[in-house]
Amino acid sequence: MIAIVDYGVGNLFSLESSFRCIGEKAVVTSDREVIRRADRVILPGVGAFEDAARKLRESGLDRVVIEEAESGKPLLGICLGMQMLFERSFEFGEHQGLGLINGSVKAIRDVIPTDLKIPHIGWNSLSFGKEKSPLFRYLNEGDYVYFVHSFYGADCDESVIATTEYGATLTAAVSNKNVYGTQFHPEKSGEVGLAILRAFCEM
Amino acid sequence: MITKRIIPCLDVKDGRVVKGVNFLGLADVSSPVKLAQFYSDNGADELVFYDITASAEGRALFTDILREVASHIFIPLTVGGGINTVDDFDRVLKCGADKVSVNSGAIRNPDLIYDAARRYGSQCVVLSVDAKRVDGRFRVFAKGGRENTGMDAIEWIRRGVESGAGEIVLNSIDTDGVKQGFDLEMLDAVCQVVDVPVIASGGAGCQEDFIKLFHALPKVDAGLAASIFHFGEVDIHDLKRTLRQNGIEVRMTQNKEN
Repeated sequence: MIAIVDYGVGNLFSLESSFRCIGEKAVVTSDREVIRRADRVILPGVGAFEDAARKLRESGLDRVVIEEAESGKPLLGICLGMQMLFERSFEFGEHQGLGLINGSVKAIRDVIPTDLKIPHIGWNSLSFGKEKSPLFRYLNEGDYVYFVHSFYGADCDESVIATTEYGATLTAAVSNKNVYGTQFHPEKSGEVGLAILRAFCEM
Repeated sequence: MITKRIIPCLDVKDGRVVKGVNFLGLADVSSPVKLAQFYSDNGADELVFYDITASAEGRALFTDILREVASHIFIPLTVGGGINTVDDFDRVLKCGADKVSVNSGAIRNPDLIYDAARRYGSQCVVLSVDAKRVDGRFRVFAKGGRENTGMDAIEWIRRGVESGAGEIVLNSIDTDGVKQGFDLEMLDAVCQVVDVPVIASGGAGCQEDFIKLFHALPKVDAGLAASIFHFGEVDIHDLKRTLRQNGIEVRMTQNKEN
């Protein structure tokens, strides 16, 4: 069973449906016991970092997510959920993250040419570098996924498992042992996205 | 590289897709779920569902359909039609929509854009504008393009983005249905004043119209059309192949039909 952590941000309908579509049972939950019993954990998120980090902390689920990750359980953060895995974010001030991935979350605006639009929204292609992560075992170099974001994971070279090009090379996905994060939305990336979720379920 | 998006638009009335569709090999051609699946399998980058129902029963049917579509199709879904309040946003977002498009509802209540953007984020709020030339100026038309509001379209769009709209769908009434190409002049005027994605709508008749659009206006992010896709006059997979051959970056997918 997969626990999709519900801490009051974002729309989890598609995420839940996408697991059903690949034949996996997923539960949207804020119950720490359910999260502890789950085989895998998804940390979703949309919106502003500060607000989401506060809600996760206030719900007490931040501790549960960290404990489960440290116990070796596969964890996947998606979009803002990926950014929350980092040590800190510089989105409107400085805010603390979960610290499961080394690095910071910074504004795309500061690293791309000014004529490019923010947010980086739409379908963009993935590059995997030298070694392909098991998360992407069913993917090919250059496959397209769907992004919507204005901030990106920085200073995390040792954790990057995929990048995308948008006026600069941006972090598209990260991993640190059993902890994974995708900046893009697998649940909105068609067959390619479902193949990523399938690979995650096989870990 | 970020790709140009190709977006089919489906009008739904009382739970069925209207405007007639003419797909070979699809038994139930007006089933929104089957159509959405067909488009998703054939390379559509996003789908727009437009609720043109007037009745409350029809509205309930629409959300049922949306939920059904979102349970099976995993590409971005934009929903429009009958969006007048933040509660309307809530209603369709809970059923799996990713973006919500406002048109007449925002004209009646311009705060709607700001309120929705604050609650759900700008990436969720699409401002859809029907515009037409009147005495040499672009004017905003309401109620499905029937009523001239007298508002200047460029100014209205600029203000909409200021209020928090994260994307613009510009439908030119002048070129809509004529199939002689997108309204490049009107689109250019809009691209000059906004820095959010602009989706061109109205006028596409063939593949060349999309090539012209993206070559002439690199700032346009997507092309939207309805009948030419529904009637199979333009196959999205073929269109994307042609765009790519012409140096326009698009997302290629495997064509399941082949």
